Amino acid sequence: MRIEPREQVPYWMVFSAPLFAIAASLLLCSSFIVWAGEPVAASFTLMAKSVFGSKFSITETLARATPLILTGLAVAVAFRARFWNIGAEGQFYFGALAVTWLGTGLFSLPPVLMIPVMFIAGAIAGGALLYVPLVLKTKMKVDEVVTTLLLNFVVLLLVSYLIEGPWKDPMSLGWPQAAPVIDEAVLPKLLVKTRLHLGLLVGIVMSLLIWFLMTRTVWGYEIRAVGYNAEAANFAGISVNAVMFRTAMISGGLAGMAGVSEVAGLKGYLTLDLSPGFGYAGIAVAMLVQLHPVGVIASAIFLSAIFVGADSMSRASNVPSYIADVVTAVSLLLVLVSVMLTRYRIRWTCK
Amino acid sequence: MVEALELRGVTKRFGSLLANDNITLSLGKGEVLALLGENGAGKTTLMNIVFGHYVADSGDVKVHGKRLPPGSPDAAIRAGIGMVHQHFTLADNLSVLDNIVLGRESLWSPRQRLRAAKCRVREISGQYGLELDPDARVGDLAVGQKQKAEILKALYADARILILDEPTAVLTPQEAESLFATLRSLAQKGFSAIIISHKLHEILRVSDRISVLRNGQLVGDIAAGDANRDRLAEMMLGRKVSRPSTEHLETGKPVLELESVSTDGEDQAACLNGIDLTVCAHEIAGIAGVAGNGQTALAGVISGTVVPSLGKILLAGSELEFGHARRVVKAGVGRIPEDRSVEGIFGEMAIWENLISEDLRSGEFCRAGILLNGRNARRHAASLIEQYDIRCRGVEAETRLLSGGNLQKLILARGLSRNPRFILVNQPSRGLDEGAIAFVHSQLLDARKAGAGILLISEDLDELLSLADRLYVIYRGRIQAVAPTKSPDVTQIGLMMSGEGMV
Repeated sequence: MRIEPREQVPYWMVFSAPLFAIAASLLLCSSFIVWAGEPVAASFTLMAKSVFGSKFSITETLARATPLILTGLAVAVAFRARFWNIGAEGQFYFGALAVTWLGTGLFSLPPVLMIPVMFIAGAIAGGALLYVPLVLKTKMKVDEVVTTLLLNFVVLLLVSYLIEGPWKDPMSLGWPQAAPVIDEAVLPKLLVKTRLHLGLLVGIVMSLLIWFLMTRTVWGYEIRAVGYNAEAANFAGISVNAVMFRTAMISGGLAGMAGVSEVAGLKGYLTLDLSPGFGYAGIAVAMLVQLHPVGVIASAIFLSAIFVGADSMSRASNVPSYIADVVTAVSLLLVLVSVMLTRYRIRWTCK
Repeated sequence: MVEALELRGVTKRFGSLLANDNITLSLGKGEVLALLGENGAGKTTLMNIVFGHYVADSGDVKVHGKRLPPGSPDAAIRAGIGMVHQHFTLADNLSVLDNIVLGRESLWSPRQRLRAAKCRVREISGQYGLELDPDARVGDLAVGQKQKAEILKALYADARILILDEPTAVLTPQEAESLFATLRSLAQKGFSAIIISHKLHEILRVSDRISVLRNGQLVGDIAAGDANRDRLAEMMLGRKVSRPSTEHLETGKPVLELESVSTDGEDQAACLNGIDLTVCAHEIAGIAGVAGNGQTALAGVISGTVVPSLGKILLAGSELEFGHARRVVKAGVGRIPEDRSVEGIFGEMAIWENLISEDLRSGEFCRAGILLNGRNARRHAASLIEQYDIRCRGVEAETRLLSGGNLQKLILARGLSRNPRFILVNQPSRGLDEGAIAFVHSQLLDARKAGAGILLISEDLDELLSLADRLYVIYRGRIQAVAPTKSPDVTQIGLMMSGEGMV
């Protein structure tokens, strides 16, 4: 058996590969449903209904996808430059901290100004947090996978300290949560009586902007060049450190905006369970679509559907909600395999 | 008489490529056979079939009359075939002896029988004139000695047939000479050898017989006595080659001056140590030397990727800021990097993107300081593809799909199309076939004629002798000019390359 690169990858293959992978992973995961002793078809129908069955369920799925779009973009940008930012979770919480600090009564502006200020503040906070691993990497060659990952736990402990202590909302009846953001900072709803909020539009706009940045600008060219071959980038006169800095600021900023969007758009205040792992899921979101900034929207919706669907499946039947993690993991693996198969073909040769 | 090695009808296909087409050749006992051919002619594939790395689609390999089971390097070693690879397969941190016995001992024996092994190694090296201290650490050896260790390793494994893949690529002329003497004495003692090479003059000196491969076919098999360079080159290429000739030009003003430039680094030998160097317009200055003597640092300093610790660089009289590759390019320097795929290109990016990588922020390809002008860049790429005859599927094609020669054309196009006044060229023909090499050389000569000063760093002495107006030799970070003579003294240069006669 030999593996050889394909000269040209047909377009239909590029698009259909992830779809095949997802279909195959659902097929594989149905064996777990059988194992749990539930009918497969009925369980999937239940799942589909709870995800796309009604206007309410669709908006719920999209609301859940909103932070995933932003964290997915954060990962997509960083990974493109081979800057392995595993810390979107921490940057997410830094964004949430920023909006909690500034948006709970420190000052007040009309919403048209207040909301952009909140997003910018969150982005700066997220970028600032990523600056620490960046400096360690560029100055002392410390591996950023370790530092970004471990910073997540530091940040969670900081959040925990703040909302149990100095930032604890006195009106919260003893619950560890921060004060709610003021009305001017709350993101408007996109549809009444749903939880769908402006954050989704921010996510979509950002994803288009990032796509434009990556494909149409010198910055995007440099980010890709550094990612593909840092040594050649250096030779060509691209300052690798400057590109890394920009990449880190954009990546951390996007993750921070996700935190702003969740606090100001969905929850209203900061808690320790604000994110059920949106930062980590962002890695899956980005990898599923091979770091394509616009594809991130689709994969965020897909993952959110899996999570929402698995939740309701577990409520209505014996299938535990962990199935969502299994589907995510399996489809991620299968996507990686199918991506490899689109770029390479396997030739069977007899020995 | 039974031949030492016999290949009958060996055919090997890779997809649509016919790498070896029905090749029949034989190697007599005590014979040195040269296998000659361009890159991609199938030499290495053929030897890999002999050694069992590949399995032939059809055909037989016989050693001393016995058929060799295909696909088994182990069987090949047991049959007495020893391979000396171009890139040594030695562990630098072990002693010569350890390297030799590596893999030759039983995994289950609790201790090494080093004393007996050492005796045998001494015996073999004495017998065949391969003097080498078995206790020396391989990392401390010179390249020529490492090669001796490789040959010792093969002989220790009872090889009777040696296959040497491009054995002289990294040697000084003297080291090559001593290798040839070893080969000759081995042949007299009944060993056989196949030497793979594309250096015609060496092949003519060392071998008894020459087999020429072209496009996977055996196109000639002649005694070395009947061959000459032109005939071999013609057989190898299938056409006559016109070597670009250097015409005499009056040299102009200095375009590049290095004044006592030094660098720091861990490997002292590869650091520069007070280099003074001048390159003038209309001239090619060559740097000869064995790899690892500071060529990489020298190229880095001039390209702007390495910051020197001392000294200064003047480009056309004005001082160049250190460590700013972009400013170096802007100041009118064209650069052809040593390792095409490592420093030269972004394999996953499109050809048009690679062609603008050095002037991303110029007004031509960049609007408002940040927007990429894709239309201009693609038009620029299309015209360069035509001008430099880059064979590709178009401007959007992924660059990694280009062949080595076309890759080098792309890099030449990027480096030379802006009419630089100074060109730094590092190992421009490494790994290229004769046709591509001729293209590279004619481009360099054109640039020289147009008024550029060129610094050519090369390990290929033939290339330097045929192109350079002036030669320097680099050894352990110091350079010395070779006295200009009508016909350069190769022995003298070789001695300088190994550090003798250097001040």
